[in-house]
Amino acid sequence: MFYREAGDFKTSYVDDSQTFPIRFDRMRYYAVLVVGFGIIPFVINDYWANAVFVPFLIYAIAAIGLNILTGYCGQVSLGTGGFMAVGAYACYKLMTGFPEVPILIHVLLAGGVTAGVGVLFGLPSLRIKGFYLAVATLAAQFFLVWLFNKVPWFYNYSASGQITAPERTMFGIAVTGANTPAWAKYLFCAVILFALAWLARNLTRGAVGRKWMAIRDMDIAAEIIGVNPLTTKLTAFAVSSFFIGVAGALFFAVYLGAAEVGEAFGIQKSFLILFMVIIGGLGSLFGSFAGAAFLVLLPVFLKNVLVEGMGWPTDLAAHVELMIVGALIIVFLILEPHGLAQLWRVAKEKLRLWPFPH
Amino acid sequence: MKKTFTMLAAAAIAAAGAAPALADLVVPNLSYRTGPFAAGGIPYADGFNDYFTLLNERDGGIGGEKVQVPECETAYNTEKGVECYEATKGTGALVYNPLSTGITYQLIPKVSADGITLYTPGYGRTSAANGKVFEWVFNYPANYWDGASVAVKHLLEQNGGSLEGKKIALLYHNSAYGKEPLRTLQELSKKHGFTLAELPIDSPGQEQKSQWLQVRRDKPDYVLFWGWGVMNSVAVQEAANIRFPMENFIGIWWSGSENDVGPAGAGANGYKALTFNGVGQDYPLYADLQKYVVDAGKAAGAGDQVGTAVYSRGMYAALVISEAIRKAQEIHGTAAVNAAQVRDGFEQLEITEARMAELGLPNFGQPITASCADHGGAGAAMIQQWDAEAKKWNLLTGFIEPDKDVLDPLVAEDSAAFAAENNIAERCN
Repeated sequence: MFYREAGDFKTSYVDDSQTFPIRFDRMRYYAVLVVGFGIIPFVINDYWANAVFVPFLIYAIAAIGLNILTGYCGQVSLGTGGFMAVGAYACYKLMTGFPEVPILIHVLLAGGVTAGVGVLFGLPSLRIKGFYLAVATLAAQFFLVWLFNKVPWFYNYSASGQITAPERTMFGIAVTGANTPAWAKYLFCAVILFALAWLARNLTRGAVGRKWMAIRDMDIAAEIIGVNPLTTKLTAFAVSSFFIGVAGALFFAVYLGAAEVGEAFGIQKSFLILFMVIIGGLGSLFGSFAGAAFLVLLPVFLKNVLVEGMGWPTDLAAHVELMIVGALIIVFLILEPHGLAQLWRVAKEKLRLWPFPH
Repeated sequence: MKKTFTMLAAAAIAAAGAAPALADLVVPNLSYRTGPFAAGGIPYADGFNDYFTLLNERDGGIGGEKVQVPECETAYNTEKGVECYEATKGTGALVYNPLSTGITYQLIPKVSADGITLYTPGYGRTSAANGKVFEWVFNYPANYWDGASVAVKHLLEQNGGSLEGKKIALLYHNSAYGKEPLRTLQELSKKHGFTLAELPIDSPGQEQKSQWLQVRRDKPDYVLFWGWGVMNSVAVQEAANIRFPMENFIGIWWSGSENDVGPAGAGANGYKALTFNGVGQDYPLYADLQKYVVDAGKAAGAGDQVGTAVYSRGMYAALVISEAIRKAQEIHGTAAVNAAQVRDGFEQLEITEARMAELGLPNFGQPITASCADHGGAGAAMIQQWDAEAKKWNLLTGFIEPDKDVLDPLVAEDSAAFAAENNIAERCN
């Protein structure tokens, strides 16, 4: 009844090829934007920003990045944590080297540095595929973590190898450092996420994205019809690493404030983001958001319910939380192997027919 | 639809997150009872909680105010540490003690902005000992650089005052925690002429075969050890396996608990560790603890850790915090002190040996005298040795003073770097 194409007439090609051709979808999208940019920044407090929204937004950026590489271009990567570390350390070096430059530029430059590193580690993908590529990117993960641990230049020779984000501003308002207001943190990440998601959406439905998907679906066939595997795979690595690098820079500078490579960007991070992409749905932007929300918010939600709501001991709650999240992942994958995005797609199909399914 | 899940979570968290009463003194316990570091986290959290339970039960709190110790599980993970800090800071938290060097680094800027004291006894950022730069952070009675220096001094004593030509290996957790002593040991190796081999072990440290192979090949005279959690018992077992002479294997205070040496059985006999507090249960305080807490069924956790090495250290941290709160109450003439007043208490804290005896812990810790510039204390530590047959730690030495001639310039240099990075002007001048 609400969600349908019927009666929604398009009179121009621009209208016809817009991202959300169905009015209900479009309204929902505007509603999310209004809530995200018009309401949340005014009501957010420190806890909500630091424990819920900022990690969700940052993980969503990283998940979109990995989804471009794995979901759209079909190249499995286990190096996400390492690439996030490149973004974080690049941002740190830039922040401390050029303190007067606005932080947004540093974050984007950090993404650019990561894109370069990603292309470098993407080169083997021309020769090796599938599981073997996963192992090659795993090598990137371990190499990068080792590098940032080993070479003191990256952490400015600090005694303990920790990097700490100094205060940097945007339009005179602190965005990193301890004096950052909650809304600034949130808004900074939200604006970047919005811009990058918009970019990803338009890349994936244009010529570049179609090439990626052609390579994913069958690389030999794609090559025969004239898709250059070299540029296609390397652009996927570059764009994906750019997103992941930006996420890493934000993760360190805005969210954590101080980081240490082995703990913050270890192999667990690579797996966590891969799980977000798989649970959310490969090859779906909505899936990246849903997967990030699922794996970031659910543990916080369960902790609050079990410890504060029900008064359980913290260790018992932590163990039960692991079991619940694990069980839910298995349940989701059995019931819907294509992820949360597919659930949403099915729901939309149902909505189209509702209330007259026959 | 994108935000539906968020909204659901929002509603549930808002409903669940009811704040506790604000009237009491709140000392959050960011503990970890799960994960690879739980072997150390559990006894520490139990000791910390039990001491405040004892104060509440026996004395009715501190200065008549009950103490609340809300617990939050961090699993030694910095992201969960942030969540725990944000979740508890709104409840009137007076002081934080996260027992994680990684989380400490993250909280230092945050507590400075929020005006809450961070107390990191025996861990954290060493240069926080410089109160001129770190207004809100305290790490007396001892820190890692003190520990490294005390260990080297102990070795000097054993070798007739010279370590010339000796080989010392440092086996460390490859994180901020494990890297802390590196700089000090490098300086000391220059000063005393020993060679230092650095052997990092990646977290969580269950896999140490290659490092111990290296120890076997290079045959260092001594192995110093900066480990934590599951890594400790693995290292002690590996050392026993290659028949490394245990009396030449010295751990930092976090690598010296009963849980660490137990699994290696008789092989662990003679293993040494540093400690900055007394060991065993021969202190009058434990009688009170038994009477008011354990026998009353109010012990934290499973109640099976009472009197162990790390339990005592958790208790010692709680004791110092309670003394600082008492001092703050005395300075400001009010029982219901706030976070800023508690910081004053920390800065003017004085715990003499007489006061320790009065509290039921004679000869347990070194006297503490803090000042505006000195947040680090004297930094002395003792050496304890494990007796596998009797299953207990014995103190080998009294308190050994660290080599402040080496440490003070290092502290000044590192804190100056922090001050420059963050535009902090020195206080106390």
